Amino acid sequence: MPLTREEVLHIALLARLELDEEEIERYTWELNRILEHIEKLKELDIEGVEPTSHILPLSNVFREDEPTEPYPREDLLANAPDAVNGYFRVPRVVEES
Amino acid sequence: MVFQPVIGLEVHAELKTKSKVFCPCPVVWKAPPNTVTCPICMGFPGVLPVLNRKALELTLRTAIALNCHIHHQTIFERKNYYYPDLPKGYQISQKRIPIGFQGWLEIATASGRKKIRIHDVHLEEDTGKSVHGEEAGDPSASFIDYNRSGVPLCEIISEPDIHSVEELEQFMIKLRQLLLFLDVSECRMERGHLRFEASVSVRPQGTNTLGTRVEIKNLNSFRAVSGAVQAEIERQIALLKEGRSVQQQTMLWNEASKRTEPMRTKETAHDYRYFPEPDLVPVLISDEWLAQIRQTLPETADEKTLRFVRVYGLSEKEAELLTATPAVAHFFESAVRHFHDPKGIGNWMLGDLQGLLNESQKDWETCPVSPESLAQLVQLIDDQTISVRMAKEVLREMFATGRAPKTIVSEKGLVQIADQDYVRKVVIQVINNHPHAVADYLSGKDKLIGFFVGQVMKATGGKANPQLANRLVREALESRRTSS
Ligand SMILES: [Zn+2]
Repeated sequence: MPLTREEVLHIALLARLELDEEEIERYTWELNRILEHIEKLKELDIEGVEPTSHILPLSNVFREDEPTEPYPREDLLANAPDAVNGYFRVPRVVEES
Repeated sequence: MVFQPVIGLEVHAELKTKSKVFCPCPVVWKAPPNTVTCPICMGFPGVLPVLNRKALELTLRTAIALNCHIHHQTIFERKNYYYPDLPKGYQISQKRIPIGFQGWLEIATASGRKKIRIHDVHLEEDTGKSVHGEEAGDPSASFIDYNRSGVPLCEIISEPDIHSVEELEQFMIKLRQLLLFLDVSECRMERGHLRFEASVSVRPQGTNTLGTRVEIKNLNSFRAVSGAVQAEIERQIALLKEGRSVQQQTMLWNEASKRTEPMRTKETAHDYRYFPEPDLVPVLISDEWLAQIRQTLPETADEKTLRFVRVYGLSEKEAELLTATPAVAHFFESAVRHFHDPKGIGNWMLGDLQGLLNESQKDWETCPVSPESLAQLVQLIDDQTISVRMAKEVLREMFATGRAPKTIVSEKGLVQIADQDYVRKVVIQVINNHPHAVADYLSGKDKLIGFFVGQVMKATGGKANPQLANRLVREALESRRTSS
């Protein structure tokens, strides 16, 4: 079943992407091609195969609980479009809590 | 029709680690905004999270103590949603393969003990914090602080096995106590170390169907949880009695109006699109590792209570009070190590010292009297250096100044007089000075003994050993009876 225009708009909303008409059409087409490919994979017999959660043959990579100096704040805020008093400033997100 | 509430609880407990869960930023209480952050917990592109072993072990410890099954291979997943305090656009959490699952916690209810099933126990990262609008002096903006971003949280999800607000309160108390004794969380409510979400529905008593569920978010104290759940139960029952139906929704608790109110966000329906976190490798938990954690599990509150009864000869009630928190239990055991009078130390702790703590809104961790000092005080009473009455005064002084009881006793000249010959002399004097009272006593007014003892205490400035004075007064008076 092909992905509809509404579903593409929903996914765009979840990702906070604003798409124009041309993009909506293009992404609908592209996403459907990807899904078709996935459909093809479904033909494989995967009875008894655990879902892959990681492709590297690694496990148990830890760090010890030892704090280090945090980063200088000015460096971290340097890329922010808008910062004030050490905070990131963003458009207001909630009406009222 | 009688309705039965069906309540489930989700608890976020901040784990007691020195650093964050996926980066080495320190975990600190109240730092200036964005000063305990780094590119990892701010979600800069291209950074790699690495799991803090301690955070994993504390979660494992919690899962084991909650009688969970443990997944021998566990993974992390991305929970995707968009909100400014979540810098990566996803929260690293666990969904499909949590560390622990299918456990239980036993609580005491009016009708006996009951197991509340635990759906799962998993590890995740906290988000940042936003301050909105007027609160920050700018009505059109929100301000984001990522200091909390990446702080390790253990999430504990109960099954909807709780059927009253009383059971809910028991569950929270028991769980907090368990986390404290496991030493996995400091559980300081005022610092948001424990946060709750409750799901509430009601159904006709005796049926097994589940009613429409309402979630109440952002509950930060036991009182808020109880208040919100109680109000929500009443709201739902009232709706059903009017023949209306309950809407599935997310609510917030309004402490001022004592009502639950629908959350006002335009958040799109939960569509978290969980998928495995490719930046973190799977965690394999071997039987050896589990056995090692099991062996090093600290004593639970219940085990401690039983031991206190057995080893120290306390009553069950005393033992329960002295094991209410790890801090009070630790204080008691330290004091007993300094002077072995468990009963005496227990009594002073639960009596006068607890009173002083309450008066000054302190707790056993911030108690200005050390266990060693309290032990010394009890020793001074036991060897009759000071009377119980003096000890109360000394304790008050110790509490105010933090000084040792021996210092206070000698400075104030409080040492009680236990010198028999001296006290006997005073007794004879008092008796000679009050011939009428003596006559009254001898004619049957036994209660006058208190008067004579009082006079002896007065004459010695309160320093005579009261038991001694009592005995000597009685002896002296009785000798008058036989001689007359
Ligand atoms: Zn960091």
